[in-house]
Amino acid sequence: MTTVERPGAATPTRPVAAVRRARTGPSFWMAVPALAFFALFALLPLGGVAVLSFMEWDGLGTPRWDGIGIWIDTLTDQATLDALWRTIVFVVVSYLFQAPVALLLGVFMAGRQRYRAVWSVLYFLPLLFSSAAIGITFRSLLDPNFGLSRAFPAGTLSTNWLGNPDLALYAAIFVLGWCWVPFHALLYQAGVRQIPASLYEAAVLDGAGRVKQFRYVTLPQLRYTIVTSSTLMIVGSLTCFDIVFVLTGGGPGEATRILPLDMYLTGFRSYQMGPASVIAVVLVVVGLAVSLLLNRITGSSRMQSQQAGA
Amino acid sequence: MRHTRLRAVTTAAVAAVAALTLAACGGASPGDSTDGSTDGNTSDGDDGDSAAGGEAGAWILTGGGWPVTAASFERWNEANADQQITVEEFENDAFKEKIRTSVGSGEAPTLIMNWTGGTLADYVANSQVDDITAETEDLVSRVMPSVAQNGVIDGTTYAVPMNDVQPVILYYNEDVFAQAGIEVPTTWQETLDAVATLSDAGIIPFSLAGQSVWPELMWIQYLTDRIGGPEVFQAVLDGEADAWSDPAIVEALTKIQELVDAGGFGDAFASVAADQSADAALVHTGRAAMLLQGSWVYATFHTDNPEFATSALGFTTFPTIEGGSGDPGNIVGNPANFWSISASASDEAKQTALDYLNEFVYDEDQLTAMLDAGSVPPVAGLEDRIAQSDDAEYLEFAYGMVNDAPHFQLSWDQALPADQAQELLTNLSQIFLGEIIPQQFVDAMNATL
Repeated sequence: MTTVERPGAATPTRPVAAVRRARTGPSFWMAVPALAFFALFALLPLGGVAVLSFMEWDGLGTPRWDGIGIWIDTLTDQATLDALWRTIVFVVVSYLFQAPVALLLGVFMAGRQRYRAVWSVLYFLPLLFSSAAIGITFRSLLDPNFGLSRAFPAGTLSTNWLGNPDLALYAAIFVLGWCWVPFHALLYQAGVRQIPASLYEAAVLDGAGRVKQFRYVTLPQLRYTIVTSSTLMIVGSLTCFDIVFVLTGGGPGEATRILPLDMYLTGFRSYQMGPASVIAVVLVVVGLAVSLLLNRITGSSRMQSQQAGA
Repeated sequence: MRHTRLRAVTTAAVAAVAALTLAACGGASPGDSTDGSTDGNTSDGDDGDSAAGGEAGAWILTGGGWPVTAASFERWNEANADQQITVEEFENDAFKEKIRTSVGSGEAPTLIMNWTGGTLADYVANSQVDDITAETEDLVSRVMPSVAQNGVIDGTTYAVPMNDVQPVILYYNEDVFAQAGIEVPTTWQETLDAVATLSDAGIIPFSLAGQSVWPELMWIQYLTDRIGGPEVFQAVLDGEADAWSDPAIVEALTKIQELVDAGGFGDAFASVAADQSADAALVHTGRAAMLLQGSWVYATFHTDNPEFATSALGFTTFPTIEGGSGDPGNIVGNPANFWSISASASDEAKQTALDYLNEFVYDEDQLTAMLDAGSVPPVAGLEDRIAQSDDAEYLEFAYGMVNDAPHFQLSWDQALPADQAQELLTNLSQIFLGEIIPQQFVDAMNATL
């Protein structure tokens, strides 16, 4: 292509380029492919969805402009509000389950004893499976008729986990956690390994035991890892679709119909693209707001080093 | 110098890649086949760049009796080198989600498979399928009228049946009934008695795939029809105000909840999924006594447990309801799957599709293959052939059931428009779970009319 001729052509601009690079770091042009992809495959469809959220469309005919009416109808619909409440429960309980387990596992795995490596490999296994496969597997395992309870006829195992409207959401939260804890544990493991050993040596000299070392050295040092991991967990469970869809399809009844499923079922089962787009826009806005808020209140946008004096 | 050079090369390369990407995306005009990239060699009807003009496309499903249809296309392609039909197979739910957007964007295959009802009405309203009344007269005349009429809207044929007729049948495990020492119920009172006896013996009376929800429709459909006749649901289809408030529907819902409370479906039916044939498995493993399902599970029983299917599989009609005004001969289910022809296909592709319909649908080979697979063709005058088939007992029962039925009710979720159908499935699942009472169901459904 034209790449052969370009070096010569670029030479005269060298002084300018050099000055600009000194000021702003890598060239802006390095970001162009990423930006182009982002614009094409994220911003453009997003704009389309935003426009569609003001329209009535069944997927077959021509979309018809309806204005703000669809927004009002969708947001005041009891089914949407129920889905919103379920989503909040889903996100909060997921976080309360995943965050401590991932943190403790990550810290444990950061140790350097050999047996830990074996355990770590086992912990990472869920990360290697596709979520659809995990969903199907757990659906079979939790089946009260043909699942685990057939092999081990123990009382609690034969509970109707996915068929009981009171339990299904929590069963889905468990499976989601099972999927994602290894990933976050990996983040924490990397974070812990970055902490200089000298900090622990100093803590030991000051008479800190294991618990105090964790509380006063590990946790503060992991601050930004926690922010990153929390943002991923919260936004991830907010937009979680695949696992729940495969596990329960939103049922039994509406027990696991969280917002992403509500969006999908409204759009691709009821073919009401307008209301589905409203839910999609709401999800995007809430997701963005949550991640910005997390960044703001934790001050991680400044991202200072936590190792001053180490 | 070296740095600048490297940077310039990178910039140029990046610009080139970006330009290519943009060009590739910009090049995809609406007329092009975008399916090609995701599904391999789709042959869309509307693209003019197919090599041969007569090339057509068709999407079919997997499982059940679909291999017979796939084989029929194979025979067609062998015999018609210049009129190839490209066939793609989909899983049921995946197909339903993909076909609608394909039809809506004018990217549909030439032959559009559907279940008639609300979906076909939508296609017709948007002029997306062709009037094929004249072209398929001959084929339609061979099909049972109660089946063929589903593809007719306002006197015009838009869809023709293409596979087996699928009535809903009550299957049962003869061994389980022999052990429990009772007979298969034929009335509602006998049903309740049987439920009590079987539950006490630790057997699930009726296997029900509650996770899939649509099998629950068969219960409300049969109960409503037995209690109030087909007019009740016809009023819903006609959009009459408060049509769901009909006493027959309320009674049907009440009976469903009585049956659930009596343990009629066991306590874990909401975990049973039909797409893995878990409902059939409960029956052939002897853990459930009966199963109300479409005729396609006959093949499932034979595939999953041939020993049971040949020795202990029984089949009968839905029980009668004391005091009900509906004809006990009425049946519910899917009359068949239907072919429509995409309006956006090229004339050559349409001709290929029509030739296929007229020459290969329900031809000798397909009829033989269907009977061998234990499925019932909706074609009149097959009594002699059925009597000679391997599954004569079952096929005679199902064929007679369809032939003699005063009314064949298309599945409600197919008959209704998609948004009403979804609302129906959600509310019905909550009736089975005991989360709402019949009146709440009626109110919610009346709001959709």
